[in-house]
Amino acid sequence: MGLAEPGVSTTPRHPLTPFPYQVVGRRPETADVVTLSLEPMGGTAGAFVPGQFNMLSAFAVGEAAISISSGPGRGPLQHTVRDVGPVTHALCETEPGGVVGVRGPFGNGWGIGTPTGDDGQGADVVVVAGGIGLAPLRGAIVHLVQGARGAGRVVVLVGARSPDQILFAADLEDWREAGAHVAVSVDLATEPWAGPVGVVTSLLADAPFDASRAVALVCGPEVMMRFAARALLERGLAPERMRLALERNMQCGVGSCGHCQLGPWLLCRDGPIVTWASGAATLLGERER
Amino acid sequence: MIRSVEELVAEHPLLSGLPVDAAPLVAGCARLERFEPGQLLLREGEEADTFYLVRQGTVRIEVHTPGRSPLVIETVGPGKVVGWSWLLPPLPWGFDARAAGPVAAIAVDTACLRAKAETDPAFGYALLQRLSTLLLERLQATRIRLLDLYAPPGARDHGPR
Repeated sequence: MGLAEPGVSTTPRHPLTPFPYQVVGRRPETADVVTLSLEPMGGTAGAFVPGQFNMLSAFAVGEAAISISSGPGRGPLQHTVRDVGPVTHALCETEPGGVVGVRGPFGNGWGIGTPTGDDGQGADVVVVAGGIGLAPLRGAIVHLVQGARGAGRVVVLVGARSPDQILFAADLEDWREAGAHVAVSVDLATEPWAGPVGVVTSLLADAPFDASRAVALVCGPEVMMRFAARALLERGLAPERMRLALERNMQCGVGSCGHCQLGPWLLCRDGPIVTWASGAATLLGERER
Repeated sequence: MIRSVEELVAEHPLLSGLPVDAAPLVAGCARLERFEPGQLLLREGEEADTFYLVRQGTVRIEVHTPGRSPLVIETVGPGKVVGWSWLLPPLPWGFDARAAGPVAAIAVDTACLRAKAETDPAFGYALLQRLSTLLLERLQATRIRLLDLYAPPGARDHGPR
């Protein structure tokens, strides 16, 4: 998908009705993570920007919110799915030729690669990702390393549980070759891993960026994001330039059902990307009552 | 340009925030060392007589296990400290520390430094505060890793997916 392709109509449709998409590629990333490449079968969902998500349906099983992991306007629509339940299991098991439902895109984006331009143009961009959190960032990173945004440095810091859990290994190498500073740290080192071992925030110490102007994009488990935000603040990054992806129980995607409410936000509509300054700091520190 | 041990010690984050006269005291107990890839800086069980301020390169903190390769617990890079057991003598080193690649470090004689800290309590207290800060950072990082944050979340967080 991406930007609407010539010859493929964008049929107006009720936002709760999915478009059928054919699986044209299925690439296992790790033991429980698969990237599906999808092509529309007639009508197509709308154009997207990096950071948005679609509701994917496995017919007769259910629907789940899955971030878009491809870049806009480049090849087939891609979603990287982790097998954590019945719906995601069915999606992960769908072979090429199979059909899934797609409705969306929903939510806002990272502010990178948007049609209206980026704020912080030319500033360094620091991407901090943990685990499956790299998937929603992939489209933004692709856009950044292709130099489409400006002359700022691109820093990609990735944390994974173990070497065999690292997503997009080939992409990481491509981004490094394209000039990005790419560093990966694992919690549990297994042979033949020779890289950093420790929390992803430990990678910030050697990361080359100008914190006074940099923009940070952070996605991963919420505890990790809280500590990453703290480390970025200590490095001197401004709270309003720190963007985080929050996730709750997205269901309708259009801000109607309320399942994804977090504080004042309906994250499917007002998020999933929010800045640290806008209230993420408070909400990520909020305790369950 | 050849730089003195004192200059290099003064630049290390361990001494940031310490009184300006701390660097000469530490430098008086220090020497520069280089390690080849695979060379041990510290060996588990041995006397904790020297700790290291890493200047360049990466050090792997390891646990050796019979019949298999050492387990890497953590990697430590430039600006960090390798070796804490010396703070509480006569504790021996608890882990191995091995150069992952070429490593340049400042080796500090622990008996010498402890003696200076005891002679000059103001210096000793400031040093201990700084070391405690670094230890706390390391402890917090370890606790975060214990949470196993990147493990599959399952259905518990946001409903069955």
